[in-house]
Amino acid sequence: MARTILHADLDTCYASIEMLYHPKLRGHPVAVGGSVEERHGIILARNYEARPFGVRVGQALWQARQLCPDLIIVPPSYDKYILFSKLFRGILSDYSPLVEPFGLDESWVDVTQSLGGRTGGEIADEIRERVKFELGVTVSVGVSFNKIFSKLGSDMHKPNGTTVITQENFRETVWRLPAADLLGVGRSTQKKLLQWGVKTIGDIARLGAEQLQQRMGKWGLYLYTYAAGLDSSPVREFGNEAVVKSVGNSTTCPRDLENEQDAHIVLLNLAESVAERMRELGFMAKTVVISLRLNDLTWFERQLGLERPTFLAPELTRAAMILLRENYRWEKPLRSIGIRGTNLVPMNSAVQTTLFENEEQRMKAEKIEYTLDEIRRRYGHHAVNRGLLLLDGKLGLLDAKADHTIHPVGYA
Amino acid sequence: MDEKTQKLMENDCKVYVDVTEDRTKDGQILPRSFVWEDGRRYEIDRVVEVRRAASLRAGGIGMRYKVMIQGRERFMWLEDSNGGGKWFVERIGG
Repeated sequence: MARTILHADLDTCYASIEMLYHPKLRGHPVAVGGSVEERHGIILARNYEARPFGVRVGQALWQARQLCPDLIIVPPSYDKYILFSKLFRGILSDYSPLVEPFGLDESWVDVTQSLGGRTGGEIADEIRERVKFELGVTVSVGVSFNKIFSKLGSDMHKPNGTTVITQENFRETVWRLPAADLLGVGRSTQKKLLQWGVKTIGDIARLGAEQLQQRMGKWGLYLYTYAAGLDSSPVREFGNEAVVKSVGNSTTCPRDLENEQDAHIVLLNLAESVAERMRELGFMAKTVVISLRLNDLTWFERQLGLERPTFLAPELTRAAMILLRENYRWEKPLRSIGIRGTNLVPMNSAVQTTLFENEEQRMKAEKIEYTLDEIRRRYGHHAVNRGLLLLDGKLGLLDAKADHTIHPVGYA
Repeated sequence: MDEKTQKLMENDCKVYVDVTEDRTKDGQILPRSFVWEDGRRYEIDRVVEVRRAASLRAGGIGMRYKVMIQGRERFMWLEDSNGGGKWFVERIGG
């Protein structure tokens, strides 16, 4: 049976939320900018009024101001964005238990089993109306028979549009889109494709599975599957804690680790990716586990309960370092090391704040990490790094997340 | 933030108010009266409807209460926020 999958994407999410809360901003070109006070800030979101000036997500603030001197740049309010994200998912889950988030402002919903006599397009329209009424922002929805096409669809009639892509019409709609629009086609893949004269998604499909596999290996086969509408990956249920029991990452290092500083660099690197994935999934860990493999390949694990759940890389690293110091004396170098957060709780659940902790400082730390996520999502992992990681080029420059995540991130 | 941005971020359409409320044994919250900026207390005669809604005028989201005050229909919001639970009303013509 053909599936009915929606992809719902909040339109210029952060900018729309700021315009909702600050009515006077409406009608002006507005952007949300990371670290507005700093010279290094970038545009995280911009509204439709700013678009004709050429203001784009990812630009440096000074660059955006040059293009649009009247641009109003406001600082991000992540607490609001997280709240909206939660409520948005809540609305979607009224239509199916199968809701899979992709970042804060996008989700897939598989409504195949819960159509109730309606079409996917009708459900999409209802979702759009509800989001507008209940959340005061707009959402665009793509409806199709697989996740790839529904995601493409949600981008085709923005803002506040429904786009239905069927078995019958995908050749006229999806295949005309540039190859770069396809999930998983990054800059380097796009370059390669262009060399072969492949410009559109249709071109990818027409090149054929065999050719693509020959030229690009397994990844080529994926691309073919996506472009030809043959993707069958399921929408994964979210929020079911049984599904995700722990989030972890480990690595065999480019060289054996000799001392605490080596371990610190690698653990911080791994913790960054673990923390980022936790935030993506919407979980915090109550327990941190480290696993150590010595150069004689013996292996052990140690764990530590945290005073309060966390999804912050520095806190995960701190706990990991405590475990390491208490349990390892460096008689032998370490071949590989791993860190994982377990005992997960949803990040929206009430947190018992510790008595003596500075709550304001922690909120700040959370905001910094969200900003890091955003920058990395748009520019790649090494766009921003902790200073400690520079102490050792080899150890510090692992892209822990990409190296250990099946591409595309958070999707396959 | 520069002065212009600060001005545009001001929001004088949203008025937070002190509310006297009842809480039913089912956990429902019912506003009974509120105090407007000028200090006057307004009695709420009846709650007509409760549903989740955004206020575009005041800028905010939450549970929207349609209430009758002195024979007229008005909206008030129990705001969703991470701090949670503040009441606001829209300033008409603000």
